[in-house]
Amino acid sequence: MQSQYLFVAIFFLIALAVPAIGLAVAWALRPKKPNPIKNATYECGLETIGETWVQFKAQYYLYALVFVVFDVEAAFIFPWAVAYHKLGLYALVEMVLFVLILLGGLLYAWRKGALEWR
Amino acid sequence: MEYISNLFVNLGNSWTALLSSFLPSWAVTLVNHLVVAVLLVLMPVIATLTLTVMERKVIARIQNRIGPNRVGPWGIFQAIPDAIKLLTKEDIVPERADKPVFNLAPLLIFVGAALLWAVIPFGRGVIGQDLNVGVLYLVAVGSISTIAIIMAGWSSNNKFALVGAFRIVAQLLSYEVPMVLSMAAVVVLVGTMKMGEIVEIQTIPFGLVLPAAFITYILAAAAETGRAPFDLVEADSEIVAGYFIEYSGLKFGWFYIAEYGNLLAVSAIASTLFLGGWRGPFADQWPVLGPLYFSIKTILIVFLLMWIRGTWPRFRIDQMLALAWKVLVPLGLFNLLWVAAVVKLPVAVGLQWLLVLAGNVVAIMVTLTLMGQAAKRYAAARGVASAA
Repeated sequence: MQSQYLFVAIFFLIALAVPAIGLAVAWALRPKKPNPIKNATYECGLETIGETWVQFKAQYYLYALVFVVFDVEAAFIFPWAVAYHKLGLYALVEMVLFVLILLGGLLYAWRKGALEWR
Repeated sequence: MEYISNLFVNLGNSWTALLSSFLPSWAVTLVNHLVVAVLLVLMPVIATLTLTVMERKVIARIQNRIGPNRVGPWGIFQAIPDAIKLLTKEDIVPERADKPVFNLAPLLIFVGAALLWAVIPFGRGVIGQDLNVGVLYLVAVGSISTIAIIMAGWSSNNKFALVGAFRIVAQLLSYEVPMVLSMAAVVVLVGTMKMGEIVEIQTIPFGLVLPAAFITYILAAAAETGRAPFDLVEADSEIVAGYFIEYSGLKFGWFYIAEYGNLLAVSAIASTLFLGGWRGPFADQWPVLGPLYFSIKTILIVFLLMWIRGTWPRFRIDQMLALAWKVLVPLGLFNLLWVAAVVKLPVAVGLQWLLVLAGNVVAIMVTLTLMGQAAKRYAAARGVASAA
């Protein structure tokens, strides 16, 4: 059990090291001739105007909010799904209620127009 | 003969025995973990070297072209000069970029693509680690790449990159929900999240038991990997590659490698969860055949995704998000509840699976009917002649 997560930890470190080593090799091989025009922000030949980090469309935020609800649901559904065969009928009733509440939330968002792109 | 019939597991055992002869047991575990991790970490790189050529060939054939045919027989070595080119290209960091974040993003996206391979079973006993949270681990690790993409899009300080990053927020988050629901349907059916055990229980491929979940997963996988027709994230013709627009050289290369690593990984997950993974004729007597069957199924799904890419035009963002939230999520929720209800019925497992299949077919038909009606209403409202 601990050994399994030790593997994941080692895997993570190696997965981080491989691209770093790759970049180091590329750094040794590649030419380095920067100039201001090369380093300018790319925009189809024009110079970029104004700030990039501006306000963005609120619609994206609404989707993220609806997603959070469903992602929390996923965190509940997986343990429930694994233990499901050991649990009684109560587990089914409970999950039906839980999903119905969620579905209510989805329908509310739908009716309110949060899922429409405007 | 005995040895060859289960070659991979026996090789592993011999290797462990060899190490144990001169190392303490903790060191053997450590060395084994290191070797397996290095082998698995190379999977995205191998995927890129093979799948790029395959993709260019397949797409070329679909578009009535020949595709790469200069380097090696039928152009199969095309990926190698491409890799050398990426390795020797100058690295350009835009002056206004947020440099630490900008440089960290390619590393992180590769981590997300590589870690997926830790729990994917290539054959009986041929698996990085059969974690008891396997499926949940896949979902968790899969979202690392979303963070990396947002980091890349935001730190580039480029409007195209930022638009790409915002589209990612909407698209990847929306399609993660149906993806999770279709995986959860499988987990409810088998009652375990261990990838190895899911394959063991799968005497019939779950694609035939849960067709609705399978279709949902394939669509969500195409969207999660940002492939056409869901490629709004990089949409070459609108936002010129999107979030990795400012990257060059090998930093761009890691994004590319992660993309193809993800493509192969989602296909491998689909073949594990829905097509019986390494199962096939004689795979029980000859476990050595397992990885072969697994590879064939995975490549078939990769081909299916390329086929979809080659034949469908790109969706508009509202159509795409509507497909996720208004079609796939209700379908996934219904499917999950139906599977849960059937599993509690006091009948034989075979009959349960048959009932699950019946419910799935009905769900697909109802969904298609409702979608057809919605299309007709849409056409009528716009005064367009209905196609149906």
